Amino acid sequence: MTTAPGAPGAAPAAAPLDLAPAPGAVPLPRMILAQTAYELRTLLRNGEQLLLTLVIPVVLLTLFSTTSLLDLGSGRRVDFLAPGVLALAVMSTAFTGQAIGTGFERRYGVLKRLGATPLPRVGLIAAKTLTVVAVEVLQAAVISAVALALGWHPHGDPLSVLVLLLLGTAAFSGFGLLMAGTLRAEATLAAANLVYILLLAVGGVVFPLDKFPGGVRSALELLPISALADGLRDVLRDGAAFPGGPLLVLAVWAVAGLALAARFFRWE
Amino acid sequence: MTPPGNGAVEVNSLVKRYGTATAVNGLTLSAARGAVTALLGPNGAGKTTTIEICEGFRRADAGTVRVLGLDPVADARALKPRVGVMPQSGGVPGTARAGEFLRLVASFHSSPLDPDALLARLGLTEHARTPFRRMSGGQQQRLSLAVAVVGRPELVFLDEPTTGLDPQARHATWELIEELRAAGVSVVLTTHNMEEAERLADRVVIVDHGAVVADGAPAELTGAERQLRFRARPGLGLEELLSALPAGSAAKESPAGHYLIEADVRPELLATVTAWCASHGVMTEDLRIERRTLEDVFLELTGRELRS
Repeated sequence: MTTAPGAPGAAPAAAPLDLAPAPGAVPLPRMILAQTAYELRTLLRNGEQLLLTLVIPVVLLTLFSTTSLLDLGSGRRVDFLAPGVLALAVMSTAFTGQAIGTGFERRYGVLKRLGATPLPRVGLIAAKTLTVVAVEVLQAAVISAVALALGWHPHGDPLSVLVLLLLGTAAFSGFGLLMAGTLRAEATLAAANLVYILLLAVGGVVFPLDKFPGGVRSALELLPISALADGLRDVLRDGAAFPGGPLLVLAVWAVAGLALAARFFRWE
Repeated sequence: MTPPGNGAVEVNSLVKRYGTATAVNGLTLSAARGAVTALLGPNGAGKTTTIEICEGFRRADAGTVRVLGLDPVADARALKPRVGVMPQSGGVPGTARAGEFLRLVASFHSSPLDPDALLARLGLTEHARTPFRRMSGGQQQRLSLAVAVVGRPELVFLDEPTTGLDPQARHATWELIEELRAAGVSVVLTTHNMEEAERLADRVVIVDHGAVVADGAPAELTGAERQLRFRARPGLGLEELLSALPAGSAAKESPAGHYLIEADVRPELLATVTAWCASHGVMTEDLRIERRTLEDVFLELTGRELRS
């Protein structure tokens, strides 16, 4: 099996491996970027995830904008629906997708395995957050394009929209990670999907909350999904700046979710 | 020999309890730098718990652990780039492609091995684009080994690296471990495979009930003792044979027709046995003198009852 070095025509042997120790880690930001790119690639390849993050929101937006299946009150249908569907998109990525994905990573020992690499936990969390934000940017672009094509006329202050989206992302991420880090993976899968459907139904996403009786409506307005959908509607449809009620509700959910996740998350 | 206290891994009086069960009970071991150290023991002996404490995944209840001179938990950030870990199973996302995950881990390190060359070396090139969950158990094991060594660590922990491998994959793994050792990497592995321990390990540590029951080079553990085995017709009068042998010898027939003589095997003893057979018209087959194997030592020390 030996050939002279560089012998012409020799079959290419497996490249020799230099196993001599040469340990060292790259700087943290490079690790975070590598992990983010990896997470994004695997996520965008996953059909179920794409269904959840893009197909369902776009179908709901298009279906209810172009038909009168739902009584959306007065005003242009797409102006009511687009902010609600944007809120749904945030929930699907930051909460549902992240809870299920992280839950199974924990169950299959992936979190533990990554814990043995030079990537520290804070780096992994940063990468997951960046991944969520990147997917949300993609969702917002697609949903806005579809909504604009359907005649959407957004108003209002972009900074308020950004703050609402960030607080919403923080709140949903906190509870998604809390679920993933405490429940069994199968329980997380079931519960995250159930919460998604329930909040889609009663969170003012596509069904207006003013169809509910007064007391119920006041309670529903305290849900994070309603606060995000209402807040986005206040700005994008009605031109309000910094809607105080929804921002406060989202801030409370965000602090509670992230604090509980930090306290109770189990890595394995 | 490495002076005490300067090994790649130094574990002293380690204790770990899970509720009321004691998984590790005062275990002390030292793994020399640049050597292969094998932890051998029945299921539930505390091998994996010990390794996971060394990897920083679990905290000790008592005792001290030093890995490359550092504390696995307090100095985790400094240790992670220097230590490769192959867990007993899993640890790779089911949807991740083999090459993709290996490249990810390689990208965390400053001068990693070439992931493609490593995949080729372990016979995984064809599976570089296969999702982890669709790989066979043996392919998953080899990928896991690749992930452990891709960062060019000084020390690797391999938890049952060849369990479930076919003979070709097992030999490829053994050769890689031998090359790691030759390159100066310290290797600590657990195994149930005695052949693996005898072939690879510079030092074997036999663990049972959470403590070390024997510790030494394979040849030291099997010792100089020899034994004599032969086959013949069943039902020989062993007591009569024993009376002709030196005191302290033992003889047994198990199963029928298979004889084992445990004694101080010298030329005279061999002559006595064959002469006794000749005088009784007994033709022996497969007569052989052998050393105790590591498996004999292992079963002697840890008993024969089944473990959960």
